Amino acid sequence: MSASTHGGTAGSVLVDYDDAVRRYDPVIGIEVHVELGTATKMFDAAPTEFGADPNTQVTPVSLGLPGALPVLNRTAVESAIKIGLALNCQIAELCRFARKNYFYPDVPKNFQTSQYDEPIAFDGYLDVELADGTVVRVEIERAHMEEDAGKNTHVGGATGRIHGAEYSLVDYNRAGIPLVEIVTRPITGMGDRAPEVARAYVQTLRDIFRGLGVSEARMERGNVRADVNLSLRPTPDAPLGTRTETKNVNSFRSVERAVRYEISRQAGVLDAGGTVIQETRHWHEDTGVTTSGRVKSDAEDYRYFPEPDLVPVAPSRAWVEEIRATLPEAPVARRRRLQTEWGYADAEMRDVVNAGAIELIEATVAAGAAPAAARKWWMGELARTANTEGVELADLPVTPEQIGQLQGLVDSGRINDKLARQVLAGVLAGEGSPEEVVTARGLEVVSDDGALLAAVDDALAAQPDVADKIRGGNLGPVGAIIGAVMKATRGQADAARVRELVLERVGQG
Amino acid sequence: MSTINRDEVARLAGLARIDLTQDELTRLAGELDVIVESVARVSEIATPDVPATSHPLPLTNVYRDDVPEEPLPVADALAGAPSAEGGRFAVPQILEED
Repeated sequence: MSASTHGGTAGSVLVDYDDAVRRYDPVIGIEVHVELGTATKMFDAAPTEFGADPNTQVTPVSLGLPGALPVLNRTAVESAIKIGLALNCQIAELCRFARKNYFYPDVPKNFQTSQYDEPIAFDGYLDVELADGTVVRVEIERAHMEEDAGKNTHVGGATGRIHGAEYSLVDYNRAGIPLVEIVTRPITGMGDRAPEVARAYVQTLRDIFRGLGVSEARMERGNVRADVNLSLRPTPDAPLGTRTETKNVNSFRSVERAVRYEISRQAGVLDAGGTVIQETRHWHEDTGVTTSGRVKSDAEDYRYFPEPDLVPVAPSRAWVEEIRATLPEAPVARRRRLQTEWGYADAEMRDVVNAGAIELIEATVAAGAAPAAARKWWMGELARTANTEGVELADLPVTPEQIGQLQGLVDSGRINDKLARQVLAGVLAGEGSPEEVVTARGLEVVSDDGALLAAVDDALAAQPDVADKIRGGNLGPVGAIIGAVMKATRGQADAARVRELVLERVGQG
Repeated sequence: MSTINRDEVARLAGLARIDLTQDELTRLAGELDVIVESVARVSEIATPDVPATSHPLPLTNVYRDDVPEEPLPVADALAGAPSAEGGRFAVPQILEED
């Protein structure tokens, strides 16, 4: 039984990661489950609102009551086709559902309705961009439709975990929510970048789900869940080693950490002359380790057979093409297009992508700012603020539209860069729109010559030696006078106009 | 020639959580053997260009619109539960997490 093998690394030690990837070639495979954002379940009309009271979103079908018959949700099929197309897959001309038979309390029918040898989508790929701009092509084996299980809560026991629990409570609200499972082919040749590739792949999928509008794809709600398969082999031309499957790795960071950990652990097992056991492993977010679960069942243990209560799905080519026509641009292609449109250097674009600022900059440009100015704000002042506050850029209390307005005020000469930073501080402090902050704080640039001339004369009088130098034709020290004027006007003077006035005053204009 | 033996029946029974006596294992091994042989005979006739049939009716694409309907009242949902707590079905302890 699994309890006795908890701990998992018995008899071997973790190998230093860099050492492990020098001596072994890691191969990863990733299964991602995404919960579709349909209004109803896969096979019945029960609602799918998140956070409802237990067992209030169930029907006889969700509960697997005798005689209940499933009817397929058209929107779920459409979403699955969208996902398949976005992953460059073939869409099956005819496919079926199958019963995957096993006993577990969260599966009330004693089988999960899934697809087995006839997935709706197959043979695709996804281009994934890494942090340094490298693009990796991940091959997709299949994407198939299935249903989610209910949720177990374990009661009793010292830790409240499954081991030592006295009994379990089951909520079937989630049972029957449509899922699409996406399975990669083995991803090889990534070497020490395997963990990074795994993370970037799941992240790119999340972006695609959102872009397609098929799921809210919120990791923290379990809308997207990853199972990570990993094996090691001594050299890239050796046959694939025995793999483990680490289940339910539910954040991007954890995907990366789990792959890293399994590489170190399996290298330890192999170094000690042991063999890796083909098994399911559990990821522990708190301690950053995986532990042994059950030995993986063979597919035949599930006794798959075609679901007799559902007729085959045969999406017409016309429907598939109709759906294809609605697909948004692929993330990597979109980045390339925007980089060209915006004229950013590769390094600049990478920083923007890594900061999660693409949408923000896109919206800021749409609000009228030049791409360079939009980047300057989001990657400069705002990135610093977000960093200080420990929040994501998108969570700052300022909208791209407001940044567009702010830059508009700079472009029209009503405020300068320094004032703009003060205006932004006001916006972030909740004082209103940039326009409102300018008015309320009196931050407009002073370009009225009368006021400026007085300040210029004062500055020249205060620094007579500097004034003499300028008069003598040495324009170097003009900056000192401009600085004094800016200081006197609390930064609100129009610097270019001040310079003209200084030169006029000393007879150099 | 027998293709299904008692051990295989016992294994299948275990997977399906069906408790069988020794006599039943023997009897079912014989019966299943007849079924498997009959299917094998059909397979001999069916050439690879004959698609597998999963449903006798020539129907495809039976869909429903994605429109919610009233779910079961929670009391009805739990009516058949041997035990319930806080609106959830209470089940014996689970030994193994999937």
